[in-house]
Amino acid sequence: MANLVLAEHSHGALNAATLNVISAATAIGGDVHVLVAGHNASAAAAAAAQVAGVSKVLLADGAAHANQLPESAAAQVVAVAGAYSHILAPATAYGKGVAPRVAALLDKAQISDIIKVVDADTFVRPIYAGNAYATVKSNDSVKVLTVRGTAFSAAATSGGSGTVESVAAVADAGVSTFVSAEITKSERPELTAAKIIVSGGRGLGSGEKYREVLTPLADKLNAAMGASRAAVDAGFVPNDYQVGQTGKIVAPDLYIAVGISGAIQHLAGMKDSKVIVAINKDPDAPIFSVADYGLVGDLFEVVPQLAASL
Amino acid sequence: MKVLVPVKRVVDYNVKVRVKPDNSGVDIANVKMSMNPFCEIAVEEAVRLREKGVATEVIAVSAGVPQCQETLRNAMAIGADRGILIETDVELQPLAVAKLLKAIVDKEQPQLVLLGKQAIDDDANQTGQMLAALLGWGQATFASKVEIAGDTATVTREVDGGSETVSIKLPAIITTDLRLNEPRYATLPNIMKAKKKQLDTFKPADLGVDVAPRLTTLKVEEPPKRQGGVKVADVAALIDKLKNEAKVI
Repeated sequence: MANLVLAEHSHGALNAATLNVISAATAIGGDVHVLVAGHNASAAAAAAAQVAGVSKVLLADGAAHANQLPESAAAQVVAVAGAYSHILAPATAYGKGVAPRVAALLDKAQISDIIKVVDADTFVRPIYAGNAYATVKSNDSVKVLTVRGTAFSAAATSGGSGTVESVAAVADAGVSTFVSAEITKSERPELTAAKIIVSGGRGLGSGEKYREVLTPLADKLNAAMGASRAAVDAGFVPNDYQVGQTGKIVAPDLYIAVGISGAIQHLAGMKDSKVIVAINKDPDAPIFSVADYGLVGDLFEVVPQLAASL
Repeated sequence: MKVLVPVKRVVDYNVKVRVKPDNSGVDIANVKMSMNPFCEIAVEEAVRLREKGVATEVIAVSAGVPQCQETLRNAMAIGADRGILIETDVELQPLAVAKLLKAIVDKEQPQLVLLGKQAIDDDANQTGQMLAALLGWGQATFASKVEIAGDTATVTREVDGGSETVSIKLPAIITTDLRLNEPRYATLPNIMKAKKKQLDTFKPADLGVDVAPRLTTLKVEEPPKRQGGVKVADVAALIDKLKNEAKVI
């Protein structure tokens, strides 16, 4: 039995989520191989070979993978899929785009967003915005899985001694082309990997207030910044700030929810945080039902005080 | 061009579901059912394409129990021209739905299939991508902006780091994200009109599709319950708790 992990990588390095997927693959048991599909991606492949638990890296280097579009990536996975019992990808925008294509091309079911490996055929995954956990057994010979990063620890980036083997890159499928990307630039930690997150909701009132009130606190704590759907829909911050059922799933050591009422869709994205702090003027806001520490008050007074006192 | 819009009947997004005492699933008896919100966004986008003269016909399709008819009527009240129901009592998993949809695509030959990115019941986020693979089409998932010119769709997508724009050749699959549009409310006259629109019904066997489930749900459980904590009086008390009790700062 061997497991294939589809790596997500950029600029010659593995993205953090890939390390969590490698841990999930290790938990299944058997050899763990990693597929790096990219263009001039040998540095990422070399990094993958160093990760603890990885015995082999397949490097598919070709122009078709320059922008990591899902049509070519899925074709690449299928091209090397032959021997593997499990094919795993991160439950990120990238992995979610590729894995179902792979599953359909192989005529296998996919199990999305696993949070636990029970055995080689059986996995736990959240359904209904995390309000229920389903234990699901696959009857297919090959299991295609996406992995929720926050549910598995990151594999160590050193200590591995995998070999790198080049495989032929597939040709471009010719159905899609990359036009442009607008990636939010930030010096802050990445939201899904941050130890502390300061997150804001509709209560902040505007994008200016969001930044004015929350930035000093986030700076003090070296925190990532997040938001509720309401704040994103209202245009306070870009979409990549959204925490929730259909946004990012986070589980930091400390999550500070400011002016967020706590809709179930938001709770789905952050309730596995170790410690939750809620600051809200409404004492009946549902966010207090999951918060370890609640502070009822005017966020425009309380948050600057908090930032000043740290 | 024809646009096909698959829609799913799900537990309404405002309902907090309960796990059944025997752990066989969640209790959906007597709870409010609605169209999956992402599907509603897809219907709205397709209707806007028709209103702009880009699409000529919008066909809504749903698969599942007979009550999915209501979801289709709802789609037609928003503006879909007709509906197709693939009726079955079998629990449909995404791969089976993708195969059923492929059969409908083969019949109807749409140039575009617009779907929700995920259903808020099983949260799978698979069907659109699977359908694209089965058809050998390009895909643009998590769309926040769609522009169609000639045989090309230019789609802005919400991705982890921000947004990305791709250009896909039609026919293609597009899945919707939250910020693509705000669906209109169906007006009473349009709800009445929708009742008279054409609705065809098939069975999976009519389409030659095996929908047998590949996955077995062994049990469904409540997640570990998070205990609400304490309310603190002021900022000083909060900092004290975070430093000395939780030890996270």
